[in-house]
Amino acid sequence: MLKQTEGSHAIAECVALCRPEVICAYPITPQTHIVEGLGEMVKTGELANCEFINVESEFAALSVAIGASAAGARTYTATASQGLLFMAEAVYNAAGLGLPIVMTIGNRAIGAPINIWNDHTDSMSMRDAGWIQLYAETNQEAADLHIQAFRLAEELSMPVMVCVDGFILTHAYERLDIPTQGQVDAYLPPFEPRQVLDPKEPVSIGAMVGPEAFMEVRYLAHHKQMRALDLIPQLSAEFRQVFGRDSGGLIRSYRAEDAKTIVVALGSVNGTIKDVIDELREEGVAIGAAAILSFRPFPSDELHEILSHAKRLVVIEKSLAVGIGGIVSHNLRMALSGISLHAYTVVAGLGGRAITKASLRGLFERALRDELEPLTFLDLNQTAIDRELEREKAQRRSGPSAENILRDLAAGGRSAL
Amino acid sequence: MEMQQVKFYQTGTFTVGNRLLDETQRSVQANLQRTNSLNSGHRACQGCGEALGARYAIDAAMRAANNQIVACNATGCLEVFSTPYPETSWQIPWIHSLFGNAAAVATGVMAAMKVKGRSDVRVIAQGGDGGTTDIGFGCLSGMFERNDDVLYICYDNEAYMNTGVQRSSATPPAARTATTMAVGAAPGNTFGQGKNVPLIAMAHGIPYVATASVAYLRDLEEKVGRAMTVRGARYIHILVPCPLGWGAQPHDTIKLARLAVETGLFPLFEAEHGEVVRTTPIRHRVPVEEYLKPQKRFAHLFGKVQAVDTIARIQEMADRNIRKYRLVDERRHG
Repeated sequence: MLKQTEGSHAIAECVALCRPEVICAYPITPQTHIVEGLGEMVKTGELANCEFINVESEFAALSVAIGASAAGARTYTATASQGLLFMAEAVYNAAGLGLPIVMTIGNRAIGAPINIWNDHTDSMSMRDAGWIQLYAETNQEAADLHIQAFRLAEELSMPVMVCVDGFILTHAYERLDIPTQGQVDAYLPPFEPRQVLDPKEPVSIGAMVGPEAFMEVRYLAHHKQMRALDLIPQLSAEFRQVFGRDSGGLIRSYRAEDAKTIVVALGSVNGTIKDVIDELREEGVAIGAAAILSFRPFPSDELHEILSHAKRLVVIEKSLAVGIGGIVSHNLRMALSGISLHAYTVVAGLGGRAITKASLRGLFERALRDELEPLTFLDLNQTAIDRELEREKAQRRSGPSAENILRDLAAGGRSAL
Repeated sequence: MEMQQVKFYQTGTFTVGNRLLDETQRSVQANLQRTNSLNSGHRACQGCGEALGARYAIDAAMRAANNQIVACNATGCLEVFSTPYPETSWQIPWIHSLFGNAAAVATGVMAAMKVKGRSDVRVIAQGGDGGTTDIGFGCLSGMFERNDDVLYICYDNEAYMNTGVQRSSATPPAARTATTMAVGAAPGNTFGQGKNVPLIAMAHGIPYVATASVAYLRDLEEKVGRAMTVRGARYIHILVPCPLGWGAQPHDTIKLARLAVETGLFPLFEAEHGEVVRTTPIRHRVPVEEYLKPQKRFAHLFGKVQAVDTIARIQEMADRNIRKYRLVDERRHG
């Protein structure tokens, strides 16, 4: 049913349609509206047969989810940013135990400096934890991916993170199609766990595993993700059959067939990228894009295929691997084997810095002229940086950088060094 | 004439023969139908108090719950020695997730059972003092506060034994551990304020809190049984001597556990909804030296020069407990 709704609420409604049995909630901006929405649905009885548990930390949230999932319940939670780091140990544990928990990440920067706005540093920090990571481009996709995520998680017995850009998607109101219960039931069968804590058939889960078997267990996790490379497109195709629209998949290309320059990015920024590509296409520039929807497993073959005829690759990254540059671009290197092209890494939008059409256009034009540095920071205020560097040079006790820069900006660059 | 109550403790060994008891009162372990929840063959050290405590506690819980038990284990000795795969000693559904989250995992299992209409399945979380009073404390308090239907059992051996005897917040003052060395002007652990988790559990107002000891296994079983009659968050804190960490003889585990109680250092009590309702009186009060001396972790108190002041401070702690919980009948001991 079409309705005007908030991204978070659409996600909550779709999660509810998946008939979760245990939901753990701990508030952290910008995912909070999702669990609030679900909490209300449980409280009113709209979402029946579900335990909604308010916990005391994100570490507890995922730990409760681990217990619930191991006891055979379809389990959901959501977090972001510091919350994801606070539960980091449990993130690895849930994956190691092979528990099909679905968790939304309302993507947000990580402090310090504390910052509530969007980038991908949080989920990128957990990219190798063993979870499948899906990145939504739109709110419709964010909602739809949750339905696919439960199916994917449960078929593989592996947890799935659905990454949704904080505020840009979570807090945006737009017209969305919320499926019916009948559609979701037709797509998502009841949860049949591979392993379950049941007094009728007692098992030990989470035993100590030594060098004789640890590598095999880890390999099997990798093997599952390789299977997901087939399963994700299949589930996306089945989704289309039941719901009548395209959502999900491994990657989504845009005007890429004859493109000599390909822009690769994750998440909502792809919308802006497409607009700029349309403008440049009208001017006759052979440019296209590929949105990565599944970052784990990483769709190397699909990206290789798309990039094999390109001359130029521009990776727009909403995260920074401090000391080296981009994360996505380094993953992409694996897909570039045998392809010779100019590859540019662009770190953009950290901590919610707007990635505007104008900025992207200027960036792409420079890329087309091959004037970009291999690593570029989009819209960096170099004056502010130089000023702080100067201050550090001038005095040993130069004070906290973040506060210095903010003071400089507030003073319009007139504050004392 | 007043009826004289039959006393079982006539042999001087404080043992109670099962044959003297009514069948319903006999130890769970005396029954061939016992579940051996923590089965033999595990790799605990000789004289391990934790293995003994866990075996009695879980079997008692199994009897009380008609064998419908799921256990969630924190990382630690109990987890490591019971499940060096492919061996597992657990005859019950058992999960180990992390060091600090046993209480939260148990909440999750409980929620799943509830939603599936299996409220007959009861959930136990268990861990050592490190997993309970330190790293798992946040999750424990959260579980208490929500009054989740979970019995949490802490096997307290007063240090991080699994990692090689380092100090925890349950390590007693003056005790030597690998991180509170017996050197310097104030050897051993510092005299802090302590962290009495049973009292903190009571402060949450949860329906049932008890302390127990492996020297009083019948009492332990009874407390577990009582805890299982209650719904909501419950906490049992069991003192389990560790021969390795305490520097004691394996055959002294029960003796030390008993001395901890008889000195007053480890009071046995039960509390309901935040109020102490029962205490176990001390029948033969003993000075703390008797408890401290057989343990190498306190050896520095009994060197060439006896650490009289330190021992006196420990004695004060015991005396305070005895006053607070009225553990000694003053008319007899005046």
